[in-house]
Amino acid sequence: MLPILQLGPLALQLPGLLILLGVWVGTHLIEKEAPRHKLPAGVLSNMVFFSLLGGIAGARLGYALRFFEVYSKDPLGLIALNPHTLAPFEGVVAALIVALIYGQRKHLPLYPTLDAFTQGLASMAIFLGLANISSGDAFGAPTTVPWAIDLWGASRHPSQIYETIAAALVYLVIQRLKIRSPFPGFNFTLWILLTSISRLFLEAFRGDSVLIFDGLRSAQVVSLALAVAAMLAFHYLARRHARADAE
Amino acid sequence: METLTSLIQDRLRWLGLTALVLVVGSGWIWHSSVPTSATTGGLIPSPREGFLAPDFTLDLAGGGQLTLSELRGEVVLINLWTSWCPPCRLEMPSLQRVYEANRERGVEVLAINMTYQDSETAAVEFVQELGLTFPVLLDRTGEVGYKYQLRSLPTTFFVDRQGVITQVILGGPMSEVTLQTALESLLSEEP
Repeated sequence: MLPILQLGPLALQLPGLLILLGVWVGTHLIEKEAPRHKLPAGVLSNMVFFSLLGGIAGARLGYALRFFEVYSKDPLGLIALNPHTLAPFEGVVAALIVALIYGQRKHLPLYPTLDAFTQGLASMAIFLGLANISSGDAFGAPTTVPWAIDLWGASRHPSQIYETIAAALVYLVIQRLKIRSPFPGFNFTLWILLTSISRLFLEAFRGDSVLIFDGLRSAQVVSLALAVAAMLAFHYLARRHARADAE
Repeated sequence: METLTSLIQDRLRWLGLTALVLVVGSGWIWHSSVPTSATTGGLIPSPREGFLAPDFTLDLAGGGQLTLSELRGEVVLINLWTSWCPPCRLEMPSLQRVYEANRERGVEVLAINMTYQDSETAAVEFVQELGLTFPVLLDRTGEVGYKYQLRSLPTTFFVDRQGVITQVILGGPMSEVTLQTALESLLSEEP
């Protein structure tokens, strides 16, 4: 765990830097993938940029709405450079809405666009894992396995390492299969499926799961629903493509 | 790849496979379910969110001692600082204003000077210069710095009424809005 990287007088927050690096690498891969899907690379990188801006703005506004009274007394607090005053869910929703609006305005086809994003998203997941290794977040459950690590007052599963390795394996599968994609939407759906299944499996080793229904891990329930949805989407997309081919 | 495509297109076989994923996945979820208390670190002392704030007893700058666990039932803000750290100095007036505004609502601010990295005289002079009224504690041996794994100055921990850390902010200076919103979440919880 190394949350702070000390470079002389500079104390850099390494998890944040790794996430920024992930966004940069991911955007680069999206731009590289774009021509293979006959999409303009610049438009896709703009889409990432505007979604990020929309996401940050949405996350801050969402947070401010929760504490409207506090922010109404000091509206300048809205522009504070503080990552702790962001609402993640509202941020993701805002980013998706911005991406959708931008994509429609630029007449981007849905499935090829999602496919072009896949490799970049898969690489970002690796950097997210590295950021968690650095911060000690997403920590594992206490265990006695020989490879346990001492973290947060207990010997724990190195869940951050498991998740980083899983994300790297998913990336390699996507990288290998992307050229042979049999129909539009295949790459993206495959990424959703593999990521959901790995999360479904690895969440069992986490020590910070949010529990529902008296003991079920909510991330596993969501992952299973996503995995099933991805499998149904596979079937739908394949049949749709076959019908289009036949016509 | 053609075999995979034909498998995906075959409704019966693909839906069968999907049902298998659903059954195996549900079984795994059931197998890895745990008692509600098992995944929280609320009873283990460790300096991170979701864990019990490590206990300490320190000397107060004005004389006397203070023990963290004696404040159970109050919302506590623990700020680790030194007098030579510019962001620590900058955020102290905000801490004072937030303390004054929330003291009667059950908020305690503990400003723990990392005295083992600082000059005690300089720290006390700074407290007097700003007229800080919240408890200022002196960590002369580095006990709290070690227990709270100090990596960055300032570092601030928000602790709920049960003594569990709910938020850790590395670095500063924090604005009043940041401080107030973090406290509002804790104050809105049942005592």
